[in-house]
Amino acid sequence: MSIISMVLVVVVAFLAGMEGILDQFEIHQPLIACTLIGLVTGHLIPCVILGGTLQMMALGWANIGAAVAPDVALASVASSIILVQSGHFDSAHITLAYGAAIPLAVAGLFLTMIVRTLAVAMVHGADKAAENGDIKTMERIHVTTLMLQGLRIAIPAILLLLIPTSAVQSALNSVPVWLSDGMAIGGGMVVAVGYAMVINMMATREVWPFFAIGFALAAITQLTLIAMGAIGVAIALIYINLSKMGGSNNGSNGGSGDPVGDILNEY
Amino acid sequence: MTEERIALTKKERLSVALRSTILQGSWNYERMQNLGFAYSLMPAIKKLYPQKADRAQALKRHMEFFNTHPYLASPVLGVTLALEEERANGADIDDAAIQGVKIGMMGPLAGVGDPVFWFTVRPILGALGASLAMNGNVVGPILFFIAWNIIRWSFMWYTQEFGYRTGNEITKDLSGGLLKDITKGASILGMFILAVLVERWVNVKFTLDLPAKKLAEGAYINFPKGDVTGAKLQEILGQQADGVSLVKEAPNTLQNNIDMLIPGLMGLLLTFACMWLLKRKVSPIVLIIGLFIIGVGLHVLHVM
Repeated sequence: MSIISMVLVVVVAFLAGMEGILDQFEIHQPLIACTLIGLVTGHLIPCVILGGTLQMMALGWANIGAAVAPDVALASVASSIILVQSGHFDSAHITLAYGAAIPLAVAGLFLTMIVRTLAVAMVHGADKAAENGDIKTMERIHVTTLMLQGLRIAIPAILLLLIPTSAVQSALNSVPVWLSDGMAIGGGMVVAVGYAMVINMMATREVWPFFAIGFALAAITQLTLIAMGAIGVAIALIYINLSKMGGSNNGSNGGSGDPVGDILNEY
Repeated sequence: MTEERIALTKKERLSVALRSTILQGSWNYERMQNLGFAYSLMPAIKKLYPQKADRAQALKRHMEFFNTHPYLASPVLGVTLALEEERANGADIDDAAIQGVKIGMMGPLAGVGDPVFWFTVRPILGALGASLAMNGNVVGPILFFIAWNIIRWSFMWYTQEFGYRTGNEITKDLSGGLLKDITKGASILGMFILAVLVERWVNVKFTLDLPAKKLAEGAYINFPKGDVTGAKLQEILGQQADGVSLVKEAPNTLQNNIDMLIPGLMGLLLTFACMWLLKRKVSPIVLIIGLFIIGVGLHVLHVM
């Protein structure tokens, strides 16, 4: 591979890494990322085929809430590099590259977690800047963190370009299962920290009962968040309307706006 | 009012929308999209709060926890722009009201965005593009890229504008105490949704097995020692169909016992523990790293 191709591959990897977290232009999707790497290395068609195949596998992968899906960015970038490096573009080698993509997608999860944890510390820097109204510094921190996500794919891409494929695969196999599973369990718990901070800010004696209702309803029903939102709005409206009742102004305009209340009153 | 009213122009709103493209840039485990949200709002904050103290207040206000589907943040941004604009013009909108509106909207909206974008539009466009690409046709990826980004961008811009207009109408009517109602309603909705999120998203699952429970006589099928006649077999099959246990002992796990109280209880307790520690000035970073270590540790001990 020529130096120019290598540099362009790293650029594509960088963009895919940022997109893996942004989820906007969808450059990290195999369909796009593999095609771009094919384009810059001069092996467009086999990489398009690889991208299409990987895309089919990754159709349902999505980042939801704090949960991260297997890292499609690393999977697509690294498997196309492996395909191009192998020097053979028949269907057998496309399958091989495809197979390598799956462990890589899981390994990529790790890198994402590391950057997201690093970002915690960096965002604390932004807190300090916010206190001084320092918009410039906050912007710089935001963009730097984004770039770290780009590097999360660009650096493995550089390494892959330098290291023989077999060494990469054996390195992947050496990540112990207890560590990756344990990290995933920890990842399920850390979201509590964020919620705890907001609850600390919003909680008053008046609104705690609504927290209790929400928790119990969520636990005993399969209702979706949209349904929960509707119930939440309804409860808030009922509470506000009820808290106005019995006030001094209620007697004078009792006939307006509350038909059910009027019927009850007439009994 | 003697002062000139500060209003956001279309140019500034467009700038906010463009910035929200990199909303998730600093996604972090502590407050998720908080800096991204503040980053998106910066053009508006610059315009609305020329005084440094006010500006710092506004920036800090939007550094609180925020997380939703990245495209559905647009309507929230729109409403927030309207609220901030009113506040800058002297309306009595406090931090809790703005925070309440953000939290009240983010959960349900994420619930709209995930199924629509991640589980409907992307798989459909992706499958369409991939089926072309698998035959080596370059039109596949191109089609996917263009179609996706037209849908994404028009959605983001129009929902942000929609949120801005709606938010303005809400804040216009200051006379009827409507704003006070919205403040209270927002914090009620916010707390309600937070509880739902804690129940659904904080994952604390134990895998520890407890000694199996001995079932009472009659709760399990009594298999006869000798030959089984047709009638007996019929009886046994009938019992099995009625859900009577096949073995004398029922498996028993710690998680089952906790779930019998209420599912999500451990997540709730963990959240309360975090709240308690945060109030005692324990750094969130320490909490996060600690939770990762606890996760790995308990997994190695086969507790989780």
